[in-house]
Amino acid sequence: MIQALIFAAALSTAPAFVIEHPSATHPGEEAVAAYAQGPANAGAGPFQGDAMWTAFHRQAGVGRVVDELVDLSLADPKISDIFTSHDMERLRRTLKEQFCYLLNGGCDYSGRDMKAAHKDLGLQTTDFNLLVEHLQTAMDHEKIGFRAQNRFLARLAPMQRMTVER
Amino acid sequence: MGELRLALIGAALLLSAHAAQAKDLRPGGKLLLTGGVSSIEGSGGGGIASWALITGYATRDGIGGNLHATRLALPDYQFTTYGAAVGVYDRVELSYARQEFDTQGTGAKLGLGSGFTFHQDVVGAKLRVLGDAVYDQDSWIPQVAVGLQVKKADRGAVIGLLGGKHDQGVDWYVAASKVLLNQSLVLNGTVRATKANQTGLLGFGGPRHDSYQPQFEGSAALLLSRRLAIGVEYRTKPDNLGLKEDDWMDVFAAFAVNKTVSITAAYADLGTIATFGGQRGLYLSLQAGF
Repeated sequence: MIQALIFAAALSTAPAFVIEHPSATHPGEEAVAAYAQGPANAGAGPFQGDAMWTAFHRQAGVGRVVDELVDLSLADPKISDIFTSHDMERLRRTLKEQFCYLLNGGCDYSGRDMKAAHKDLGLQTTDFNLLVEHLQTAMDHEKIGFRAQNRFLARLAPMQRMTVER
Repeated sequence: MGELRLALIGAALLLSAHAAQAKDLRPGGKLLLTGGVSSIEGSGGGGIASWALITGYATRDGIGGNLHATRLALPDYQFTTYGAAVGVYDRVELSYARQEFDTQGTGAKLGLGSGFTFHQDVVGAKLRVLGDAVYDQDSWIPQVAVGLQVKKADRGAVIGLLGGKHDQGVDWYVAASKVLLNQSLVLNGTVRATKANQTGLLGFGGPRHDSYQPQFEGSAALLLSRRLAIGVEYRTKPDNLGLKEDDWMDVFAAFAVNKTVSITAAYADLGTIATFGGQRGLYLSLQAGF
């Protein structure tokens, strides 16, 4: 019995090694090197219940928030260089997956872990905060309540330690 | 003196280690209000309490600073403080404040003369030793800082007549600050070792006590928006002079117009000051910096 439970747990959390084939799975995205996938890559665990998913207006709302976050970041000369030569299609998709996963919207996050995803970007705390400010603006525009915004930011805040390198 | 020299050498090593990393120095990277506001003693904090936050809007990649002016109009006195502070790499804070305590017409009743004014200079230093109030949201560990405030009052003769033992003194404190984003709360607790009478304006020590006593400063604020926080503060004080010195408290609203200017308005209750009770009034503070 115990063995069966361990086996089941291993099945559910074991990272699957995949070699991404861009044209097959995500048309419009560039090919990426293989990496281990799994929910731990999202950098934080999901909320419980559907209050946060509802507060963010579910899939459509999260889609609008992420798209505006990316648009504002690309338009911001202080951080736009960070995204140069990055696959923005993939960034939008994985961010939407990550937000959906964290907000308990039932998505799997298929991206890299936070440390690997930001490796060698040379991010400073100021960059992290500028992204937070753009996210706050996007959440304001989506009319997400301030308390719900802060609850979400509480999940993201520890990622500063994983993403800021200098 | 040896301790001071060690501390200075330590600070110099810390700063040169930062410089050696050749990072891009960038001003103004903190989020709104996360540098706190300017307290009456010049340190970053709330209004009457010193907090663990390092003042200014610079992150660990820069140097920030600000100027502030604060006026508290009381029934029988007027309290003014102004000063400057810098935050270095979100690690070290250095501050200066000049306090003026105008006895106005009350001065004549106290036998000091109308408009008699007590002054005090406060030079402060603070070192963040542990944690990060904003980013460590996955932990209960607060941001912890240790600090000191070197104070020099200017009315030694009158302070002596009131029973004060010294016209200068040093306060030592340990502060813990935490932003609880899940609750949209900011909490701070500070333990201060002090001999100061009315923060030092009436000197240090007195006939009842002339030894360091631990005092407590507590603050709680609710974040209402990115720009606005409302809260309460409480600060205990010793009664070394036997003049029924009261604890202080206030309710406040801090508003960040932008990352340059912030305004703090409060209603403060300072209790009894030099035998005149019921010293409650409006507190208004303006801070400008980067």
